[in-house]
Amino acid sequence: MSNARSDILGAVKAALQQAGGPQRADTTSVVSASKRLGDHRANLIPARGRLGVKARVDLFIREAEQASATVARVSGLSGLPREVARYLAKNNLPMTLKVAPGISEPAIPWTRETLLSVEEGRADGSESASVSRAFAGIAETGTLVMLSGPENPTTLNFLPPTHVVVVAASEIVGDYEETWNRLREKGQQGRFMPRAVNWITGPSRTADIEQTLLMGAHGPQRLHIVIVDEETPAP
Amino acid sequence: MESTTAAFRENAAKALGDAKLRDALSKLADGFPARRREAMARLPEFEALRDAARDIKDHVLANLDFYLEAFEARVVEAGGTVHWCRTAAEARTAILRICKLAGAKTVTKGKSMIGEEIAINEHLEEHGIEPVETDLGEYIIQLRHEPPSHIIAPAIHLSKEQVADTFREKHRHLSPGRSLDEPRALLDEARNELRQKFIGADVGLTGANMLIAETGSIVLVTNEGNADLTYSLPRVHIVIASLEKVVPTLEDATTILRVLARSATGQEMSVYTTFCTGPKREGDLDGPEAFHVVLLDNGRTEMLGGDFHEMLRCIRCGACLNHCPIYKAIGGHAYGWVYSGPMGAVLIPGLIGLEEAGHLPNASTLCGKCEDVCPVRIPLPRMLRTWRQRQFEKRLTSSVSRSGLKFWSHLARRPWLYRLVADIAVATLAVLGRSRGRFRRLPLAGGWTKLRDLPAPEEGGTFISRYHRAGHGDGA
Ligand code: SF4
Repeated sequence: MSNARSDILGAVKAALQQAGGPQRADTTSVVSASKRLGDHRANLIPARGRLGVKARVDLFIREAEQASATVARVSGLSGLPREVARYLAKNNLPMTLKVAPGISEPAIPWTRETLLSVEEGRADGSESASVSRAFAGIAETGTLVMLSGPENPTTLNFLPPTHVVVVAASEIVGDYEETWNRLREKGQQGRFMPRAVNWITGPSRTADIEQTLLMGAHGPQRLHIVIVDEETPAP
Repeated sequence: MESTTAAFRENAAKALGDAKLRDALSKLADGFPARRREAMARLPEFEALRDAARDIKDHVLANLDFYLEAFEARVVEAGGTVHWCRTAAEARTAILRICKLAGAKTVTKGKSMIGEEIAINEHLEEHGIEPVETDLGEYIIQLRHEPPSHIIAPAIHLSKEQVADTFREKHRHLSPGRSLDEPRALLDEARNELRQKFIGADVGLTGANMLIAETGSIVLVTNEGNADLTYSLPRVHIVIASLEKVVPTLEDATTILRVLARSATGQEMSVYTTFCTGPKREGDLDGPEAFHVVLLDNGRTEMLGGDFHEMLRCIRCGACLNHCPIYKAIGGHAYGWVYSGPMGAVLIPGLIGLEEAGHLPNASTLCGKCEDVCPVRIPLPRMLRTWRQRQFEKRLTSSVSRSGLKFWSHLARRPWLYRLVADIAVATLAVLGRSRGRFRRLPLAGGWTKLRDLPAPEEGGTFISRYHRAGHGDGA
């Protein structure tokens, strides 16, 4: 197969050299290409998300709802269990949860004031609802950014039919580009991408049968976002 | 996949006579295009973003070798493996080898046009491995042994009754008395069937909407979440992607994502956009243990730098299909291979040869709508014309049309002769058609008059002679 590699790269180089003109892969453009990789300069960013904090959070909520997510706000992390219990009860759903290790007991007192029964870990398909923590919310399109890792298993985002996501108001940014920069700052020695970054915009859907829009194709049928206005330190 | 493209005329005629298909396709016409228009109206920067997306793809193609090598290096750093494949056969072999090494019995699949292109399902089946399509539309057509009829809505040609019949026939273990009248019931049944497959699969095979050179990530875009279950549950994740999918940075991928969903379905953003980078990390509770990227050429390097270079900008959004009068009349299957619509008519001759696919570039009114809506501004009509020209040069067109064109070009280059012939023709038609005012049949115009009558000229005279008579110009 190493043969295939050099054949393909050779064919690419030959085609580009022969083409000449604007398609020529000369040294200058290779230099600018490697510079482009290092600079990761943003292209045009729509003005839509460039707003003050309050308007930004409002836009996030509007866009998320437009994408058929539901949104609630709580004033601190301690209000989270009650809000989740309220949401499950309102939708006639079982009071059982699989929560991401990053937001499990005792950091969040899930069962202190509620009837919730809570387990932590990854999902295996038997759960009815999960809770995980977003890295950011993007106001531009009401999109959540989830990072995989021991604290936040990816399967929680996709297997249970109901997915609750917690995001702090201070983590809601205007556009996608801001989250890439935050991720780069957080990472070490250039290795900043977790195994999976999931952008989630509303609940799962399909229109594959007669273009009828139906929620809950393979992923969750319900996406509930809880915005925490003030990040209170863990009790 | 084997093509039936050579039989395009017969396929198209059959499609035009299929009332169910026409019904299904009529829904397409007011769905996607209307939603795309709404999404455009909501985003003032949409046109400028299209320019930016085009420029990114142009830059990548001009430096394709550099970005491919950079991508490969990052994949390896993240613990993955890249398999370079020149042909569909090499890609099939590479995928089968990985599956065998993993001891795979079941492979779940995310929707991948490249997977269709290399006919991976048939190959796996031949070797005793069960491939399971997980995108709902793909699952339905897999059960029916049909190819996709639209690159983003593969089962768009089917009615819910047809889907229900298929499920009854294939899901024999379920109660025959169950109701499958509503799309919801069909979805729930498919979801349940596929859940078991997801959980039991050994390998997950997905395509990729993009490959990111900066990080070695692959990008997956879906609305169902099926691709996410495909890569996060099995032990091995295989990605199959063609060379031109690479983009430089996360920022560049982001710009393209801003035009992709809006052009495809009119959504602001698809529900799930995933960036996968390598296999499971230390401490991770889920994710695949191995990560393979199969990088496929299969004709791309031949398009590079040539007349169809810009086709490699395509991001497979399907907008050109949704807006094409021909596609909307005949659907995707008539094109006879995995791609269809204007992008298919340009791409297929390049990938399987003009001899086989010669009808496709002619299946266009050249109305220009496809280029108007293409998010990366691919000059599709110009490319269709280039194929037609090549066909003429290669003498693949019929002798009647060749001599007709020759005769016409002889005339067109001699204005005095052209006018003389036109004057005679119009006068003759006027005399012949005087009694009825129209013609039912005309020599050499059978294709036209079969479906409609040609009105006879009212009073003799071509446009030019009438123009002069009306006192305009001096015979320029
Ligand atoms: S040619 Fe343009 S409009 Fe058609 S699928 Fe490709 S990107 Fe979309």
